[in-house]
Amino acid sequence: MTEEEKNMITVHIMGKAHEVPAGLTIMKAMEYAGYQFIRGSGCRAGFCGACATVYRLAGEYKLRTALACQTAAEDGMFLTQLPFVPANRQEYHVAEIEPGPGTLAEYFPEITRCVSCNTCTKSCPQDLDVMDYIQMSIRGDFEAVSKLSFDCIQCGLCVARCPAEISHYHVAQLARRLYGKYQSPVPQHLMTRLEEIEAGKFDEAISELKSLNATELEERYTAREIEKIERGEVMDE
Amino acid sequence: MKKFPYYPGCTLKQAATHFGESAIASAKAADIELVEIPRWNCCGAVSSLTSDDLMHHVAPIRNLVRVQEMNQEGLVDNEYDLIVFCSMCFNVLKRSNERVREDPEMLKTINQFMDTEQDYEAKVNVVHFLETLKEIGWNKIERQVKKPLKGLKISAYYGCTLLRPRGIGIDDPEAPTIMDDFIRAMGAEPVSNPYKSLCCGSYHTVGDNKELVADRTYKIVNAARENGAEMIITSCPLCAYNLDNRQKETKEKYPEFKQMPVIYFTQIMALATGMEDRAGFNGNYIDSRPLLREHGFLEG
Repeated sequence: MTEEEKNMITVHIMGKAHEVPAGLTIMKAMEYAGYQFIRGSGCRAGFCGACATVYRLAGEYKLRTALACQTAAEDGMFLTQLPFVPANRQEYHVAEIEPGPGTLAEYFPEITRCVSCNTCTKSCPQDLDVMDYIQMSIRGDFEAVSKLSFDCIQCGLCVARCPAEISHYHVAQLARRLYGKYQSPVPQHLMTRLEEIEAGKFDEAISELKSLNATELEERYTAREIEKIERGEVMDE
Repeated sequence: MKKFPYYPGCTLKQAATHFGESAIASAKAADIELVEIPRWNCCGAVSSLTSDDLMHHVAPIRNLVRVQEMNQEGLVDNEYDLIVFCSMCFNVLKRSNERVREDPEMLKTINQFMDTEQDYEAKVNVVHFLETLKEIGWNKIERQVKKPLKGLKISAYYGCTLLRPRGIGIDDPEAPTIMDDFIRAMGAEPVSNPYKSLCCGSYHTVGDNKELVADRTYKIVNAARENGAEMIITSCPLCAYNLDNRQKETKEKYPEFKQMPVIYFTQIMALATGMEDRAGFNGNYIDSRPLLREHGFLEG
């Protein structure tokens, strides 16, 4: 056996065995085997949530979930890639909603079907307490839902696994929108800046930028001043 | 003040904060500090009776695991009596608890399913706050009353889930007296009502059958009035909603109907123990304050 052969592992992609080098992510292993992603792939850095994947390890009964770009392929893995999760979305106009304890259940009545099985939490590649925020959404606590769901990247794995057919991340997004608009404290620095913009403080600078061509813009960009922040220093607005 | 684990349930936290706030005040009057279960989840609202349906017992049992954790983390000091105020939450939590106590196989299956939690040891006792008060002793509770509600005639309304089934309920399902004892301890006068545990119409209130609930309300409130009551108290948020808010529909259907305040028993306790600012009297549909002012229990 050559050195190269020793470093190969076997993965089963949609039931078919492939030899791939050890140390690749699930996504790269599939690409190495010849698959090309036109859906189910995005930033490749664990932020965009496009590459939700389900897999099983050799000898296990558990169906595991992860982001394909963030998880190493292992010998004997069974792989497939989810291109999309058809979660239930609702149309609404945030400005027309009067948020109350029952608002989230009004738009997503299925949240009250939650049986607290915790499958959503177990499936979350971001390690969020998904079940806890669904529980908070049943009682209409927008602040708690917003805080618990803040790091959600909307990969949809919780939705795919939920036995109660809840669309967790759409519920959380509505909660965050309502919390942001109606309940969270108004950021004073933002209000000041908005007033400055409306008073025309930046009009001249913007028109100047608009008049530049691509090369000039590029030069400006390269030569821009980057604020140096010392360790421990708090960035001033 | 002794610390007890406390399960609020969805209603006390949002739709009926006047119940929640007055509950905490009432407990304080009874020298109890309620420590809310961290990360509690919905009780399930209705207890599943299908013998092989274990899934719907996971939610209640998960809450009881949290009570174990509270003891391990020192949030409460070796206190396994979980205090509940909402009749429905109480009923659902207690039924699941009793079922896993009687059926170790079922407990094992649920524990294995909840593989992210520690095993539930079935040590928790689910108790309704009225039971806690009874155990402390009505005489002792009476001593905490700063403003006896002398002359106020109150009819107790139990509903279903506080009394049934036998073994889960907190009193004799046919002839309950615990709320009458409570009313007496508050210095008020209990008034009997033959319909004190007649179903209020329950979840028909959210469907197309609101009229059924209005009819029940008509019957229950009128019977209380005929027996001389000026007010009704309850501990069930669904009963409270049906008997209080649905008086609007009752009045529409029966124009001669005379409305009557229907409030939570904890609101009465907060008032009687001198914490009327925490009684949440602005939270009920039929305002009880004119009546309470008439009796001189509230100023203004």
